[in-house]
Amino acid sequence: MSPETGWFPIASSDDLVERHVYLGQLLGRELAVWRADDGSVNVWDNRCLHRGVRLTLGSNEGGELVCRYHGWRYASRTAGCTYIPAHPGEAPGRTVCNVSHPAVEYGGLVWTTVDHGGPFSAPAGITERSVALRALPIDAPATTVRAALAEEIDRWSVDGSPVVAVVQPMDEHRCVVRPVLAEPPASCATIALDVLRHQHRLLAALRERVEVGIIATRSPAADLQRIQQRTPPRRPAPGTARTTIPVTVAARRDTAVGVRAVELRPVGGQLPTAQPGDHIDVALPNGITRQYSLVNAPGELDAYVIGVKRESTSRGGSAWIHDDLTVGDQLTISEPRHQFVLRRDSFRTLLIAGGIGITPLLAMAQALHANGLDFALHVFAQSAEHVPFGERLAGLGDTVVRHLGLDPAATAAAVTALLAGPGEGEHVYVCGPAPMIGAVQDAAAAAGWPAGSVHVEYFANPADTDTAGAFTVELARSATVIEVPAGTTLLDALRGHGVDVPSSCEQGTCGTCVVGVLDGRPLHQDVYLDAAEHAAGRLMTTCVSRAAPGTRLVLDLEP
Amino acid sequence: MPDRSPSLPAAGKMRHDGGSMERCTDPVALAQWYPLAALDEIAAPTCHDTLLLGATVTVERTTAGVCSVADGSRPLPARTRYGYLWTSLGDPDHEVFEIPECDEPDRRVVNAGSITVATSAPRAVENFLDMGHFPYVHTGILGAEPRTEVLDYDVTTGADGVLATRCRFYQPQAAAMATGGQISEYVYRVPHPYCVMLYKSNPTDPARMDVIALLNQPLTEETVRAHNLLCLLDDVSTDAELRRFQQLIFGQDKTILENQWPRRLPLAPDAEMPVRADHSSVAYRRWLSALGVTYAVIPAGSTA
Repeated sequence: MSPETGWFPIASSDDLVERHVYLGQLLGRELAVWRADDGSVNVWDNRCLHRGVRLTLGSNEGGELVCRYHGWRYASRTAGCTYIPAHPGEAPGRTVCNVSHPAVEYGGLVWTTVDHGGPFSAPAGITERSVALRALPIDAPATTVRAALAEEIDRWSVDGSPVVAVVQPMDEHRCVVRPVLAEPPASCATIALDVLRHQHRLLAALRERVEVGIIATRSPAADLQRIQQRTPPRRPAPGTARTTIPVTVAARRDTAVGVRAVELRPVGGQLPTAQPGDHIDVALPNGITRQYSLVNAPGELDAYVIGVKRESTSRGGSAWIHDDLTVGDQLTISEPRHQFVLRRDSFRTLLIAGGIGITPLLAMAQALHANGLDFALHVFAQSAEHVPFGERLAGLGDTVVRHLGLDPAATAAAVTALLAGPGEGEHVYVCGPAPMIGAVQDAAAAAGWPAGSVHVEYFANPADTDTAGAFTVELARSATVIEVPAGTTLLDALRGHGVDVPSSCEQGTCGTCVVGVLDGRPLHQDVYLDAAEHAAGRLMTTCVSRAAPGTRLVLDLEP
Repeated sequence: MPDRSPSLPAAGKMRHDGGSMERCTDPVALAQWYPLAALDEIAAPTCHDTLLLGATVTVERTTAGVCSVADGSRPLPARTRYGYLWTSLGDPDHEVFEIPECDEPDRRVVNAGSITVATSAPRAVENFLDMGHFPYVHTGILGAEPRTEVLDYDVTTGADGVLATRCRFYQPQAAAMATGGQISEYVYRVPHPYCVMLYKSNPTDPARMDVIALLNQPLTEETVRAHNLLCLLDDVSTDAELRRFQQLIFGQDKTILENQWPRRLPLAPDAEMPVRADHSSVAYRRWLSALGVTYAVIPAGSTA
């Protein structure tokens, strides 16, 4: 078989109807092809990485694709997982990402490459104005069909406009012919029916001619399986943990009194998957770093949007953003951090926002709204003009309740009324000024809300949540000594020193990163190894397990 | 000579979707006992062919009701246990695994259906072990959004296979009496590389548990005939009602199972992406690897 490489069409633009997941086939692979509500096109391997179920069984929810088997949600653009319903209180790991391929829409067709075939360039003759005609699958290899087309394609032209026929190899034995009217006449809006009929007759005749003599002896599904099993599991490259991301300021505008909305686009590449409640560190050119929550909706990953309030006591963070930041400026941001995780297993979710504290709750509200879950967003502000992101709030309808101009006592009374009766399986999320958070916590405790059902975002907490202590590891085969600081996993520390330990789930479940322990006591935090193996202490997972602070492990590894 | 009734097509005529259609050569798989049919579905006298591990085997039952199994001219061992006919293509050093509850006189022991599924037996076992799919695949019956959490549970692996205990899941069916439904308790046991069973709390007798087993007959590496065994404490439902419920549930699973790739269960740790809810499936895959099973799986490190 001669391997085909490069870009191929896999669908016509019209195949990607609203909220549909289209099954494409290319070079023995099945692809799940879907258009998000913002128009972006996704081309993913048709296989949920969790348990291998076809994603074309899943549902397109506009910004996310939801797997049919366990409800795992994957974001448009990144294919990164945003929610695992079996573990509602935890953010999915960064490695939970389906295999995706580049997508380009051009000339009425959707194009992709499954072998990283360089930048897209259209076949000669196809332009942005081209119109895709009816496509037809043919039970013959692409090379055979291309040879047959070469002899007659000149005769397919319509009123002097040439027809270009692009061949999509489905696998070694089958292909789809996709004719394109290269330069449709500008004068007419639609192509005449008799022209379409003529085109279809040419195509059908071609198929009949080519398929004669071809014997169907093969199994496309076997091709698919062989190729999918060769597909290597996706791993983040060593050392890419917690990288910084260069971004450009794409827009800035005042969204409320004293609040500036800033839109940050990546400088090349794609922004990482974000989850509702996430924040990013923004490093400003004046050396100051500040945390800001993302207000993005599900699948909205073309740009991160933050809201920055001018603080009267600003020491150069918010004031600089308000006074000096302009469109086109370049900044450095962190990957999104998941410290304020939205559970979606509540029967009802109460979001309580004070002032600029609305930003993470707005992201949560948009997610709950998109998921069709019951929630209310209570916004406390000085006045209507002080409530930011009115256009996003408008999309949430009557789930948004504004409490305007209340003094602290009236705010506390309103909060107490909201929290009067804890419902079974309800959760509260609050973000705002410290006195307001205190009022919510007091009211919740007085009304009998379980402690685990009230979730608070502490804005001014720069420390990582992982506070496990530092320890030392020694690589037996080279006597290299590596310090593992608090807040860094053993896996990341090893990779930071150039030790290539394979990993997959990075949650202590799959066992890919297990290494041998020659000396010392590991503190096991995985579920892969069983109780006897934990007790023996001769193996450990490097992704979640550690050692007691100040102790030393000797690992059976070499750099 | 009884009628030779038409049964499954011979191995060579079945659609080939990958995996071996050849006779199994895996010594671990060959040395197991396998169910071939529910006894109440083998008419007497009868003679029919079925498939086991890629081999065509013949089931015969005399007018007197005695069953025998043969691989061509070679007689195979036969057992009748839990209402099924069992055989082995090898020489097992053990008997059919024990389900003591089936011998309790007040239990209903019912074959709820033998259903062919286009996937490997281990995929069917793993799906049976899985609670996380209840709200999405068995919506409104065994689970319902938004109560989707799989609480941590305990798993041990020993000579008798894999045992998962303290499994709990919110199930909406209890909502008839209570507004919030209830948390059901399960125990799962994998006593055989291709068979799996569960114990579930019984509403009428808190001291005893219902037993449901999925007894798999691997036809080939990538096709399986799943025999659904119920062993219940239920004086109320008719056999037809019990079968209808179980077939509703299994029919929902079949759609998922036939859309999983690859069909054979991949045993490499990084082939798929388990989470803590998959603790029992992680242990099951490790157990298959430790046993050295190669049939109906993709062993770790293989390029097949």
